[in-house]
Amino acid sequence: MEPQSQLLMKEKPTETTRMSGSEAVMQSLLREGTSIIFGYPGGAIMPIYDALHNHQEELHHVLTRHEQGALHAAEGYAKVTGKVGVCFATSGPGATNTVTGLANAMMDSTPIVLITGQVVSSLLGTDAFQETDVVGVTQPVTKWNYQVRRAEDIPAAIARAFYIARSGRPGPVVIDITKDAQVNELDFNYEPVKSIRSYKPESPIDFHQIEEAARLINLSKKPLALVGQGVIMGNAEKELLDFIEKSGVPAAWTLLGLSAMPSDHPLNVGMLGMHGNYGPNVKTNEADLIIAIGMRFDDRVTGDLSKYATNAKVIHLEIDPAEINKNVHADVPVLGNVKKTLPILTDKITKNEHNEWLKEFKACERIEHDRIIEKEIRPLDKGMTMGEVISKVSAAFNDDAIMVTDVGQHQMMGARYFKFKQTRSVVTSGGLGTMGFGVPAAMGAKLGRPDRQVCVFVGDGGFQMTIQELGTIFQTRIPVKIVLLNNNFLGMVRQWQELFFDKRYASTELINPDFQTIAKGYFVPSLRITERDNLDDAIKQMVDAEGPFLLEVVVEKEGNVFPMVPAGASVSDIRLE
Amino acid sequence: MYKFSHAISIRPITQVNFILMSFNSIKRNKMTIPLKEEFTLSIYSENHVGLLNQITTVFTRRHINIESLTTSESAISGIHKFTVVVFATADNIEKLAKQIEKRIDVLKVFVFRADEIIHQEIALYKVSTGSLLGGNEIEMLVRQYGARILEITPEYTVIEKTGHKNETQELFEKLEPYGVSQFVRSGRIAITKNKKELLETYLKKLETDEVQLN
Repeated sequence: MEPQSQLLMKEKPTETTRMSGSEAVMQSLLREGTSIIFGYPGGAIMPIYDALHNHQEELHHVLTRHEQGALHAAEGYAKVTGKVGVCFATSGPGATNTVTGLANAMMDSTPIVLITGQVVSSLLGTDAFQETDVVGVTQPVTKWNYQVRRAEDIPAAIARAFYIARSGRPGPVVIDITKDAQVNELDFNYEPVKSIRSYKPESPIDFHQIEEAARLINLSKKPLALVGQGVIMGNAEKELLDFIEKSGVPAAWTLLGLSAMPSDHPLNVGMLGMHGNYGPNVKTNEADLIIAIGMRFDDRVTGDLSKYATNAKVIHLEIDPAEINKNVHADVPVLGNVKKTLPILTDKITKNEHNEWLKEFKACERIEHDRIIEKEIRPLDKGMTMGEVISKVSAAFNDDAIMVTDVGQHQMMGARYFKFKQTRSVVTSGGLGTMGFGVPAAMGAKLGRPDRQVCVFVGDGGFQMTIQELGTIFQTRIPVKIVLLNNNFLGMVRQWQELFFDKRYASTELINPDFQTIAKGYFVPSLRITERDNLDDAIKQMVDAEGPFLLEVVVEKEGNVFPMVPAGASVSDIRLE
Repeated sequence: MYKFSHAISIRPITQVNFILMSFNSIKRNKMTIPLKEEFTLSIYSENHVGLLNQITTVFTRRHINIESLTTSESAISGIHKFTVVVFATADNIEKLAKQIEKRIDVLKVFVFRADEIIHQEIALYKVSTGSLLGGNEIEMLVRQYGARILEITPEYTVIEKTGHKNETQELFEKLEPYGVSQFVRSGRIAITKNKKELLETYLKKLETDEVQLN
């Protein structure tokens, strides 16, 4: 027996049904609870699309305008629902177009199952038409990938794919299925995967470490909690609040940890990192204890590691053993799902308050408010600012919409000024920083949560990277609200050029098309606002619109995001201007 | 040179399998120059297509050069073993090992320092039979280095030597003046000084953990 089928070898099934490999894909997806697929057909995946045609009622297919869009949409869907996002793409260019989406999902730990068609197995390795070594190409950007060459291996491969994608620290998985495996018949029997010998999604809980963590928390005078996406992915929002409220520890969040706690919670002290809030950054080096909860100390959070958390012991609650000591040494590593470890920890700590310490954060907040926030959300100048628009849009949605962002200045402004009441309200490209992510991700988010308003902020640069998805929005009738913050610049790069490259604006100014005409061409209602006086009415019109809507706001050309921890600097050296 | 007596102990997989926490190089706030040393990694994986690529890309990402690599089926049927020798800093090795172990089909990574393993390599040398017959120097070298002659044909003679890299290298340098037409050296294979097979103990531990988790 060849090695690859050994992997999928199962005991002889008792009850089976005879069907094609493609039908087996459908049956497997249905058994994993799939109801929506984002994809794009092509030669090598046609048998699967043909089988899909018989399941239109149960398996809704969203035809994106580019495979990258399919991956981002699936990611938006997965982020807001907590389910696995499912995508289809064909071989060769179809598969290579998904690489950016996979890399994004890998960085941000999003559960995705991508099924790609592959040339018939007899042609593998012959440079056949639209043949690419998909397993080789996607290996570094997937949690797991696998090529299926025999129809009978399909159910077990898909079962394994879903198990790996959603368990432990989630991530994207690719299943590459040759065309003959799609066409050939098999005896179908589906058994969900419950464990894999070589894969430990969660480590056993080490109570000794939790005791030690509790001891440090009880002793700490200036503790600071860093909340990451692990809390959201573990559905541990309540466990987090219980912990924070009992310990009285001020909690700051990473970009992807945003919305794990309500914005107005008294212990929520704001965002960490490069464009985070002033308090949590400067206080990182005054804290005597850092409690990292489901976060990975990304360089955009820590800045210069040798000057990070210099006075603090570090407790690291984390599901992925490879993150322990990767960037920051953990004095007390607590491995496991925070959903399970946090309640045990909360149980062991004494009820406490840190009012003096919290007052220090409040003082920082006032400084930041006076020097930055006030000017940003209520500018005195004629030109509109991004923060002003975002804060008005947030209010217009009662601070309870799902915010999707693209990447750049508007993304940081969104994270800073949009407000949240419930969890899973943010979809953004964190680790990879993928321009073009916003619009397709918003489509997926809206399809995942049709009951909630979904608002995506994009810049004029990123918008044009996936602008063709307006076609998907029109065809699939997805009522997303798009706010285009147009400054005719690649704003974040321009800001760096202004601050660090002597204002030499190399290739950052954009001569843009008329976005209103483009929207019209895609039958998406739109408005362009250049004057502050018209902004409120326009936002109201967008919020009230039943279908999709594009609101283009022309903002100040050379606005900057502050505060800022310059790349490679210490978090203490955060700049207010 | 750092030294710790018994780096490997079977601990729950919640812990890194080797203790490097005492090393200054990964302690924050203590700026010491990280020291590169030789490490031997024993990587156990399922026997699947493409596993080697999955493992080597982790080395590539961290820019760690592989000094030697051997791979074959392990003592346990269906489980493959990779033995990799690298020069790296202790903290880099810890991160590397955990990132390799993170690959779904990798079962376990054990990291050893030189004093924790017994290791061996094999080298083959092809010299012309004429030079062998021309005097007794080559024969002397074969005796002196504990090498042996594998095959003699009218044209060439193949000499085999097992040992550490410096030993096989030394013999090569000694033979060179007589003309070595081919020289090959294998990667390292290694066995631990532990009494038990580490992987078997680990697999048993996995089963108990499985029960605890469920």
